[in-house]
Amino acid sequence: MTRSALEAETRAATARPPGVAGPSAAPKRSQRRSGRWTAVALFLLPALVLFTLLVLAPIVVAGYTSVFKWNGFGGLPTNFIGLDNFERMLKDKVFLGDLKNGLILIILSMVVQLPLALGIALLLNQRFRGRAVFRLLFFAPYVLSEVIAGVLFTMIFSGSRGLGGKIADFLGLGGAGLLGDPKIVLYTLFFVITWKYFGFHMILYLAGRQNIPNELIESAMIDGASPWQTFRHVTLPLLGPTIRISVFLSVIGTIQLFDMVWVFTKGGPIHASETMAVTMFDYGFRRAEVGYATAISVAMFVISFVFAIAYQRFVMRRDLEGAVTGMRDQR
Amino acid sequence: MTAYTPMPRRAFLGALGAGATMLGLGACSSGSSGSGDPNAAQTIEWWHIANTPPMLPVWQQLADAYTAAHPNVKFNITPIENEAFKAKMTTETQSGHAPHLFHTWGGGVLKQQVDAGLVKDITGDVAGTVSGISPAAMDAYLIDGKTYALPNDIGMVGFWYNKALFSKAGISKPPATWAELLDDVRKLKGAGVVPIAIAGQAKWPEMYYWTYLAMRMVGTDGLKKAFTDKKFDSPELIQAGKHLKELADLQPFQNGFLAAPYDQPTGQAATMGNAQAAMELMGQWAPSVEKEQSGKGIGADLDFFPFPAVDGGKGKATDMMGGGGGFAVGKDAPPATVDFLKFLLQPENIKKGIATGAILPVVKGTDDAVSDADAKKVVAQVEKSTSFHLYPDQAWPPSVGQALNDSVSQLVAGAMTPEAVAKALTEAAQNA
Repeated sequence: MTRSALEAETRAATARPPGVAGPSAAPKRSQRRSGRWTAVALFLLPALVLFTLLVLAPIVVAGYTSVFKWNGFGGLPTNFIGLDNFERMLKDKVFLGDLKNGLILIILSMVVQLPLALGIALLLNQRFRGRAVFRLLFFAPYVLSEVIAGVLFTMIFSGSRGLGGKIADFLGLGGAGLLGDPKIVLYTLFFVITWKYFGFHMILYLAGRQNIPNELIESAMIDGASPWQTFRHVTLPLLGPTIRISVFLSVIGTIQLFDMVWVFTKGGPIHASETMAVTMFDYGFRRAEVGYATAISVAMFVISFVFAIAYQRFVMRRDLEGAVTGMRDQR
Repeated sequence: MTAYTPMPRRAFLGALGAGATMLGLGACSSGSSGSGDPNAAQTIEWWHIANTPPMLPVWQQLADAYTAAHPNVKFNITPIENEAFKAKMTTETQSGHAPHLFHTWGGGVLKQQVDAGLVKDITGDVAGTVSGISPAAMDAYLIDGKTYALPNDIGMVGFWYNKALFSKAGISKPPATWAELLDDVRKLKGAGVVPIAIAGQAKWPEMYYWTYLAMRMVGTDGLKKAFTDKKFDSPELIQAGKHLKELADLQPFQNGFLAAPYDQPTGQAATMGNAQAAMELMGQWAPSVEKEQSGKGIGADLDFFPFPAVDGGKGKATDMMGGGGGFAVGKDAPPATVDFLKFLLQPENIKKGIATGAILPVVKGTDDAVSDADAKKVVAQVEKSTSFHLYPDQAWPPSVGQALNDSVSQLVAGAMTPEAVAKALTEAAQNA
């Protein structure tokens, strides 16, 4: 309790002769409450100042900049163009391509990457010799920085000289196309993303699986459930919260995907593997069209934000009880 | 799995990269000295891009020599690698500051800096020095007839070719016309040689082809006029795109060229340096990058020919596209800065740089300092040049320059028609 709250308490106590109850009880409570709010405000102040400066203010500045045509030079933007930047975005083939690429990557993650991570997590939950080594191996790619992974795979998939290129050549797939063919490159990128991130989701699932008491599995077995039935009706439902958060992280991560793409393909060839963040960077830092780049960043923000809110509201509702939703129930 | 932090915060921060950067810019600043007395104590902030030898010690040596002669002038030198320099300059200038003396390639970026009031007009101060500099080298640094920077290096883009591979395909002399070039490409392909190495991921090497074809079709002034008129859809310029498509249709490039960078072990320079392609269209730095990326390069097999003439075009084979580097003076620069810039360009000083082979002569009477055989070939062509165009992605504002690189890259990949390129360029120019 802070000093002002203490003082308020003392003042309230001295103003009232001991033993006298009644009307003065009400002011006491409200004074105490306001003292508590002061304390809360004081404790929150540093965090609030930082949050305002580093998060809220940039949002406002970005929103402001996004309605100007501005090359970034000469103080503040002056050429107000309303929503033209956003209109342009909706006609911009590259931006629409980004949306499509993002959607493909998200769907592939849901259909391939996460089930793969779940499968391996369940396998690695079995007792067998060298289990820890396998866990380490599968998790290792996640520890690498995105840039290092990107550089590594440009070499592996380079033309027909890298290892990946050679293997593809051997299989008759044409190694040079892995990065050089606009129709294929997105899937090559997805392969690398999966390699990099499935270990992270695997660890999430593994931790989730270990939280499920073995008694439940055992009793299902005793009741005569097949392994598939056990998985379908016991393990999977109990992994629900983990799966929901893993899907959430995966989608948000895909919307913001930048470093890996920038290092790995620069978004090319001909924008075939470009993401919104890459387009934003290209316009902001290479084309000096800061206004338009900011409009793209605002679009990214809105997409992430709407998705995050909707997902938490509707999908993760039960998991987040008391954190984001359901405040009312606690009062 | 009960306690975790949901992460909308990341969504905020990630999406707002641009906005946050912009706020952060206010923090950087460089000191300025207001006094106009060249004899007062002063420190010159100097940003250049020679972050490695051989030029790094040369600039340092010249700064030391100047300090020895003028003990009141000190230097604070920041050498920055090429790409990092561009990014750092962007943030610095967007915050309303410029270093006292800084590297520039001239053209559109310099113009933006001039328009923002960050660069000093040095027309009057350097008139004497300018008269000794070749007009082609000065071109990029003149904006509305005023001088904003002085060059210290000039070069040009042309075809670097592998003589051994050319003779393997039965070609005895380099092509003089576009039709001959296309013929040679067919011959090289017939002999099982990859005719051209190109960097489709970097895009700008592809842009060189379009620019030269455009210059050959409408002439150097015609291309400059197309930009000032914001009109790239003349039949001649569309024809330039069609010529490039003729070349691309022959599939003359190395396997997987769309994903090839320029100066990486998997890139254009390495392909050329490993003798896996017969030619590349590149600037005066090509031989050194080929060596660096491939280990040894192709040595004496390497030769140089200018971009051939195009039948029916107004331009000449001696019209050159290229660029170099120069130094501009920031608006808050201390008074000795301009004098130091002139000092750098005195023949006996700049020759020290030329002798290293890292820069080519801009000052008349310094050609004899060129020692490298490949550099001599470029200098010989530069001397024959009848007109000059700076690389368009430098000459024009970045929004137009990058639109050019992007559309040409799509043209080469077959994803855009010559007409669509003309339209995209016109729109970009009108929007700039």
